[in-house]
Amino acid sequence: MTPALINDLGLFVLALLVGFEVISKIPATLHTPMMSGANSIHGVIVVGAVLIAGLVDSPLGYVLLFIAAAFAAMNVVGGYVVTDRMLGMFKAPREKQPAAPERDVLT
Amino acid sequence: MSTVEIVIRLVYLVAAVGFVIGLHMMRSPATARKGNLLSAAGMLAAIVATFFLVADGTLGFRVTTWGWFALAGGLLVGSLAGLGGARRVQMTAMPQLVSVFNAVGGGAAAAVAIVDFLRVAGESAPGAEFTIPVSLDVLIGAVTFTGSLIAAGKLQGWVSGSPLTFPGSRVLSVLSALAGVTGVVLVVVDPSVWALMVVLIAASVFGVLMVLPIGGADMPVVVSLLNAFTGLAVAMAGFVLSNDILIIAGALVGASGAILTKLMADAMNRSVMAIMIGGFGVGDSAASGAATDGMADVRRTDVDDVAIQLAYASKVIIVPGYGLAAAQAQREAGELGAMLADRGITVYYAIHPVAGRMPGHMNVLLAEADVPYTQLKEMDEVNPEFDTCDVALVIGANDVTNPAARRTGNAISGMPILDVDKAHSIVVIKRSLGHGYAGLDNELYANPKTGMLFADAKKGLTGLLAAVKENVA
Repeated sequence: MTPALINDLGLFVLALLVGFEVISKIPATLHTPMMSGANSIHGVIVVGAVLIAGLVDSPLGYVLLFIAAAFAAMNVVGGYVVTDRMLGMFKAPREKQPAAPERDVLT
Repeated sequence: MSTVEIVIRLVYLVAAVGFVIGLHMMRSPATARKGNLLSAAGMLAAIVATFFLVADGTLGFRVTTWGWFALAGGLLVGSLAGLGGARRVQMTAMPQLVSVFNAVGGGAAAAVAIVDFLRVAGESAPGAEFTIPVSLDVLIGAVTFTGSLIAAGKLQGWVSGSPLTFPGSRVLSVLSALAGVTGVVLVVVDPSVWALMVVLIAASVFGVLMVLPIGGADMPVVVSLLNAFTGLAVAMAGFVLSNDILIIAGALVGASGAILTKLMADAMNRSVMAIMIGGFGVGDSAASGAATDGMADVRRTDVDDVAIQLAYASKVIIVPGYGLAAAQAQREAGELGAMLADRGITVYYAIHPVAGRMPGHMNVLLAEADVPYTQLKEMDEVNPEFDTCDVALVIGANDVTNPAARRTGNAISGMPILDVDKAHSIVVIKRSLGHGYAGLDNELYANPKTGMLFADAKKGLTGLLAAVKENVA
């Protein structure tokens, strides 16, 4: 095992524990928006798609890169926008002003 | 480590903090939206930083012109598709959209691993620290890709909501799982492209066969489980590329999805195992079954009676269920609640953890109908209120109100329920005496305090709204 791998494993395990702890305290009211929010966070795979851009130099590679980038971007952009839309509907009582027009989180 | 790399690692750290604090802020409706924006800001920072890393060339690779085109084109197409879907979707169709986003996330994770494997395998014989995460990434990513698409199809009604099996489907499903695992072992023992293709194909087939036999009523649990799987696939991609932020964010989602899945299954008094093996979930159509014989002595009521009962109550608890979501009657329910609240009546909405299609889905639907979230009460909070409640108005909810759950020896024994039967009087708006997905008679309907208003949730509520206006104006 290389030192880099040990590092990565440490990060992985600690992040799992943080995930258990942060999520287990969320009230059921917000479970669907939370799930959608978590769904957008795994859209971070777009970082992976950018990283592999330098690794491809064949037609097959370009096609796979295009697919990875398109899928990841759809996950991350759609995920955050739909979560924002859901959460924008939770209004405090007597909030008189109409809801602001939907903002794009990422465009 | 170059300066660029150091700066980027620090940006990743900031992004990770954004994800964790963002999720943390989603614990309360007041801060949830800011939390999501914080998480999005972290995401944007991580993506921009990665662009600099790749453009800088410190990784030892240069992106070709075609590479930039493929990347930019993909990002543009994907962003537009995601944005369009997210902005146009009806809130009732939102669970399937989340499922589609989950599918493409898993697909992207698999594609990333395949690209890196093709490069590495062409140059040298990679070690297990590379082949294990690559094959697991492809395995999990492909299962979530096809599985989530089938789940979305079931939620949308494109694929039948009832459990689908065909002769030999169980055997095929076990075989495809075995083939997938064998492929992983092959990739690790003797890395080759065809072995990875075995993993990809077997896992894709398994994803389909895993979700097909599961009933539509259990889809929320399945979507949540697949969401956790995608997180793990992304974390594996992080191991493949030795990238901090992929590992951290992937593990965070993997853990959160696992917890959420367990919470959902618990609230339905089911085990995740039983659902995945294909238990008794029979899909959406069961709710519209015909009236049953053993429940002849129910009391019918009509909209005028109910309207007067509601208008002169001092405390009303509305219990929305799947029938309300299916009829898209959330706006009517919200109007009725607002009208009663304007008359000085205390109005609560009792939200069972699995009301609607996903935990919290009912809250979203009601919030869309401008119901103040302070009126939305979760089960534990609202149950003591039923004792002093004049009218409990049950709209399209069934199993979650069935007092039979308090006894042992039936399909819903032990499932936490709303104590609707403790209210002074009960009105149930429902299309028929049909069963919920547990397939049980609801004893609540035979309760002498209960009046049944047989109607579709939307028509029933529209009628009630008109009757309240007419009778008390």
